[in-house]
Amino acid sequence: MTQDLIEQAGQGKRNSAGSLPVITAHEDQGRGHAQHPALARDFVANVERTSWHDGALWFVRNKRDAQASSIPEWEYLRTKAAQIKSDAIARLPDYLETFERNATRLGAIVHWAIDAQEHNQIVHQILSERGVRRVIKSKSMLTEECQLNPYLQRRGIEVVDTDLGEWIVQLRGETPSHIVLPAIHIRKEEVGQLFHERLGTTAGATDPQYLAEAARQQLRQEFLRAGAGITGVNFAIAQTGGIVVCTNEGNADLGVSLPKLHIACLGIEKLIPRAADLGVFLRLLARSATGQAITTYSSHFHGPRAGGELHIVLVDNGRSELLASDDFRRSLNCIRCGACLNTCPVYRRSGGHSYGVTVPGPIGSIINPFADPAAHSSLPGACSLCGSCTDVCPVKIDLHHQLYVWRRRLAEQGLVPWSKRVSMKLVGTVLRNPKLYRVAGWFARNALRFLPRWLVYNPLNIWGRQRELPVSPAQTFRELYQIQRGDSHD
Amino acid sequence: MSVALFIPCYIDQFYPDVAVATLELLERFGVEVVYPRGQTCCGQPMANTGCTPEAAPVARRLVELFAPYDQIVCPSGSCTAMIRHHYADYFEEDDTAYRHVRDSTFELCEYLVDVLQVRSLGVRFPHRVSLHQSCHGLRELRLAASSETRHAGMTDKAKSLISMIEGIEFALPKRPDECCGFGGTFAVNEADVSVAMGCDRIADHVSAGSEVIVAGDMSCLMHLQGIIRRNRHPIEVMHIAQLLMGRPLHHSKDPAGSAVSGSLTGKDTGMNRE
Repeated sequence: MTQDLIEQAGQGKRNSAGSLPVITAHEDQGRGHAQHPALARDFVANVERTSWHDGALWFVRNKRDAQASSIPEWEYLRTKAAQIKSDAIARLPDYLETFERNATRLGAIVHWAIDAQEHNQIVHQILSERGVRRVIKSKSMLTEECQLNPYLQRRGIEVVDTDLGEWIVQLRGETPSHIVLPAIHIRKEEVGQLFHERLGTTAGATDPQYLAEAARQQLRQEFLRAGAGITGVNFAIAQTGGIVVCTNEGNADLGVSLPKLHIACLGIEKLIPRAADLGVFLRLLARSATGQAITTYSSHFHGPRAGGELHIVLVDNGRSELLASDDFRRSLNCIRCGACLNTCPVYRRSGGHSYGVTVPGPIGSIINPFADPAAHSSLPGACSLCGSCTDVCPVKIDLHHQLYVWRRRLAEQGLVPWSKRVSMKLVGTVLRNPKLYRVAGWFARNALRFLPRWLVYNPLNIWGRQRELPVSPAQTFRELYQIQRGDSHD
Repeated sequence: MSVALFIPCYIDQFYPDVAVATLELLERFGVEVVYPRGQTCCGQPMANTGCTPEAAPVARRLVELFAPYDQIVCPSGSCTAMIRHHYADYFEEDDTAYRHVRDSTFELCEYLVDVLQVRSLGVRFPHRVSLHQSCHGLRELRLAASSETRHAGMTDKAKSLISMIEGIEFALPKRPDECCGFGGTFAVNEADVSVAMGCDRIADHVSAGSEVIVAGDMSCLMHLQGIIRRNRHPIEVMHIAQLLMGRPLHHSKDPAGSAVSGSLTGKDTGMNRE
């Protein structure tokens, strides 16, 4: 994916020469205190950036469509995957125990972490007991979720991300803006500048091949120096105790082949029951994620390699609560392909950082409010309810319906802004009373017809800032009907 | 057979000609339509904001009002989807009035194609038009196959109706069914993203060479028209009912045209008392 990624990141052909637009990197990014509309406004304000960000992701969405339509049994696979996942989630405690038993039998050491803190402590302890000072890491959204990098760095352990996109993001001191394409918000010109400053590449270089080669040379040194490799996990198979890691760059394989110590970190929802189920998911994953038939590397690990150690850290971090929720349980089906991000018209135009969380986009807008409803109350509203996410999801999560349910739950918890609550109370009262509706409609239409423009398009008229209001008719349909047909039907 | 017309609130108030065209269209195909008095809204603005206590009484009013009719026709995919897929939040599953209204409410194109089985229109419109698929019509009502899931054998109901118009030409936007960014209260809560989405849709339709964007949902078109008018884009919008009734181009551009339909004079419309 190395070059793909730079190509995609570099789709912004109309880059304004010289000036590097400032990335929306907020201090509280990852904490989600800022609200989505405000952060989105910053991103959208740069029309050129928004347009290529949207274009790059739409390109990926199109590749996904081509792959999906090339397989006659695509819908069957989606249904099958949803069934397998729903079964796995429903019987998760059993599958987890089976997995632990089988993984242990293969020689792996299995750890359980109730939350992010415990996960970080476990990883740190494994490393410090063995005196490891340098770690290489392949892409893992779980370790991002747990904020493992800063935790280890504060304790004197150097962590280098080896997925190219994630490494670029790390060098910039940012977090990923996408779960599969972490640096999708960055243009190749910006990568060239970053590498020039950090790696000493030629100033102004933008050639993806040249930049990827420079990264390769630098990362190779990191691989050779590291005392441990940390990877994420795409699928953990209960029946065999094996784990599967999918990458395009082979960085996970190299990362666990050089150092003797492999630590694999995964959320407990990554369990699938049988080895035979894997084929369904491997066929869906890359096609949905990047429009490839399959990831370049699908690496299977069954116990540690000869003379090495394999530690598997199973992390809950709120997943059990999600499992107990009738409304949102199905979000645990997620295989983190990112297809819902790629297709989301809001995500494509507002950028991943506008969500202020590790997993952005439609799926992130479901799982993050679950962890902290108050902090992430704006996310379920960052959606036009278009339903495209639901239609692309390879495991058939009804994403937009869950976001709709979220809005209800937030209102019940009093987490809808005061202005919205009051206006909806007012609108609700008007709309359940036909007389009031007629009077309110009369005022609205006549206000639009006769008030001066400056008063109609006042600063509080958010609609009217960038759009005209409809031209107001003299009569409503009801009035016309009454004139033409006499009284309407009782 | 009694057929009732459900006219969404914003169409009643701001786009009466869309309602007139819907009525005329149904009457042209011999349907006796009644317009029940006292109707307001389906409750979607409150429901989409999560305000269930405010949406519930509006939903219950609608069901009570329309339950006596055999069929209900609505010129909006979004409002029809609200009734069909989201009213379960406000009623018991064994509520017969609710079940009847849920199962007997049709979006206009759906009604014309599936129930009336319209084969020809006798209308001429010598222009290049492009179709905007409203998301709720597309992905909630499945009025056509979405670009994400090519459901085999699914007809595009709006397109099949428009194809019956003489002299018409289709302009094809690059993205066949991307959201316009209206999304109800989303248009105001996320105004910047909403407008960016709308601008992109308009640019796509304009560069496809379309003269007029046609849709089954006037709410999408209200948003797009708002941007078109503000920026003077060289394109117009028309609700599919207006197009199928043979309203001329520029009908909606003229404020009087969009505001007051020809029916006010009692000429050339089906609004005359029989």
